[in-house]
Amino acid sequence: MANLTLVQAINLALVQEMEKDDRVIILGEDVGPNGGVFRVTEGLHKRFGAHRVVDSPLAESGIIGTSIGLAMAGLRPVPEIQFEGFLGPAYDQLCSHAARMRTRTRGAFTVPMTVRVPVGGGIHAPELHSDSPESIYAHTPGLKVVMPSSPYDAKGLLVASIRDPDPVIFFEPKRIYRAFREEVPEDEYVIPLGQARVVCEGEEMTMVSWGSSVIQCMQAIERTGRNIELIDLRTIYPLDMDAIEASVKKTGRCVIVHEAPKTCGLGAEISARIMERCFLHLEAPVQRVTGFDTIMPYYKLELEYLPDAARIARAIEETAAY
Amino acid sequence: MPITKVFSTEIERVSILDEHGKFDEKLGKGLIPDADLLRLYESMVACRHLDEVAFRLQRSGRMGTYPQNMGQEANSLGAAYALNKDDWLVPCYRENCGLFWRGVPMELILLHWMGDERGNAIPRELYCTPLAIPIGTQMLHATGLAWASKYRGEKRLACTFFGDGATSEGDFHEACNFAANLEIPVIFFCQNNFWAISVPGKIQCSAPTVAQRAIAYGMKTVQCDGNDLFAVVKCVRDMAAYTRETGKPAFIEGVTYRLGDHTTADDARRYRDAAEVEMWKTRDPITRLKAYMKDRKIWNDSKEGELKEKVEKEIAAAVERAETIAAPTRDDFFNAMYAELPPDLERQRDTMQTHGLGEDPAQLEGAEVRQLDHPEHAH
Ligand SMILES: Cc1ncc(C[n+]2csc(CCOP(=O)(O)OP(=O)(O)O)c2C)c(N)n1
Repeated sequence: MANLTLVQAINLALVQEMEKDDRVIILGEDVGPNGGVFRVTEGLHKRFGAHRVVDSPLAESGIIGTSIGLAMAGLRPVPEIQFEGFLGPAYDQLCSHAARMRTRTRGAFTVPMTVRVPVGGGIHAPELHSDSPESIYAHTPGLKVVMPSSPYDAKGLLVASIRDPDPVIFFEPKRIYRAFREEVPEDEYVIPLGQARVVCEGEEMTMVSWGSSVIQCMQAIERTGRNIELIDLRTIYPLDMDAIEASVKKTGRCVIVHEAPKTCGLGAEISARIMERCFLHLEAPVQRVTGFDTIMPYYKLELEYLPDAARIARAIEETAAY
Repeated sequence: MPITKVFSTEIERVSILDEHGKFDEKLGKGLIPDADLLRLYESMVACRHLDEVAFRLQRSGRMGTYPQNMGQEANSLGAAYALNKDDWLVPCYRENCGLFWRGVPMELILLHWMGDERGNAIPRELYCTPLAIPIGTQMLHATGLAWASKYRGEKRLACTFFGDGATSEGDFHEACNFAANLEIPVIFFCQNNFWAISVPGKIQCSAPTVAQRAIAYGMKTVQCDGNDLFAVVKCVRDMAAYTRETGKPAFIEGVTYRLGDHTTADDARRYRDAAEVEMWKTRDPITRLKAYMKDRKIWNDSKEGELKEKVEKEIAAAVERAETIAAPTRDDFFNAMYAELPPDLERQRDTMQTHGLGEDPAQLEGAEVRQLDHPEHAH
């Protein structure tokens, strides 16, 4: 086992899947000799050659659109989009085509591609480098959306995504790309999509989060000293509602934490599902700690925007006080 | 004769002051009066110095990611000089020099890269659009801005800047097509600096010139030595005259080179040949112009020394202005969201500082909320 960062764990998953399956190819801006702007594909160009690790023109619609064609023809493309803010030009291809191809052709054609995209704030970046658009894609039937919060999970989830027969958007929280290390087995393992992880067990309250907010939640839980069960979704769609339901029925309280704006954020969906499934078990209203319904500010104010341990801890106390 | 030729063309390349200091009198005579030349030179030197200072600010944590303009100053400067003061300048992010010439205060640009949105509050009367990060999108805005001028019967045109990488984006092609087909007076200025981060120009455009992309849209096009201020001024002036006269768009490829890294977040040594950089340093627009001015005896080392001192002071003052402006507050990211802040958003703004949930505190009335050791917002 090696002690790896999130970046290294993703790199390892890519290397292993490419070695195993020559249908797997990587394409995107700067993914080649430069190894990607975050160095996630470092060394792959050298190892697998320019025909499998392809520097593409600066064109997100082109990257995703051609990946759809590659995938329809039986390859397993793993395109990289540099930042989530640049999914915009690719939106049409993702939502009008990738998500619909299976249905449109009644299963005759499928799009087994994995779109890797760094996501979220907290790294002092310019505009459009810090957003959290996961609910837009979770709201698009036909796509799967994954967001790991740890190196171990990232490796297992990426392998599952690459092998998945449907299009997956694999969001990588860039704030924790290199923030900490974790033991990651060299051996092959797969974390199935659609299964949440219980980060820590507890009785007093349930917290649900994903991506780098999970780390903020852990800090907040420590700060309050309360006995809290923290659930990391890992896969945003398919949503592991069963795990949330079981936990909320046990604790009777729930706080959901995400970086994305509140309105139509995934917290709204989860909260509504809890009402549907756990209403009679609730001791307090389901609460959300989120970004605000504003544009993600330039970095001088980004920490004011992002839910941090202090704000989450306050929410925990407020929810506990009901 | 079953096979006939339906199309053929040539593209001109304009160079006036070449890298060996040779000046084309026929093309260059009277193009830029000496007094202006001195001011333009000063402006390039200031812009270059600002780049160096910004780089140091970034390295010492006082600025975020910053894209250097080094080596490319002649393009936007030449354009801003050649255009009218109320023609639209629609920049990407490597056009500081043109923006400064237009009158955009340096501290605004610094503030922008220091992560403060007020840096993009460019006064409307300067006819410059803000720096925006998505590549390739602003050419459509330029087309719309120029379209509005045409609609109103004004003579104002728009000049938009973008890199060679940007010409791969769909929006670039849509902008060219709109402008050409609807006959909109916009100048497309490609600052071809050969690299889009680590991706070389040949992956963006396999044709020998970027300029020829315009031909497919039926647009007038020219290539110029983008490190030659004279050539840039001539090309922009000629294209502006054509555009104003006909109402049609035009395309300029300014061939230049990114002497620094893509941004301070990049390390070009990973993918770029050092010899290539060294070669381009010999074509630097600033040293070239200086050599020419010295040759003409309108410049000398003591003037250079004075200028250096003046510029250092000017930039230091701009940095000080940018750094001493009161920090933005939490309210700031709410306030420019809508003409009128929706009540729901107002509530988010007003409760965010006191409540973890950012919601109506009334909900909690009567509840006992345990105080934590560090209830204040942590940084
Ligand atoms: C739509 C979009 N995709 C990707 C990026 C990331 N990115 C920022 S600058 C850049 C390269 C731009 O190259 P070019 O257009 O040639 O301009 P240059 O920086 O060389 O002046 C890339 C890929 C972006 N900002 N926007």
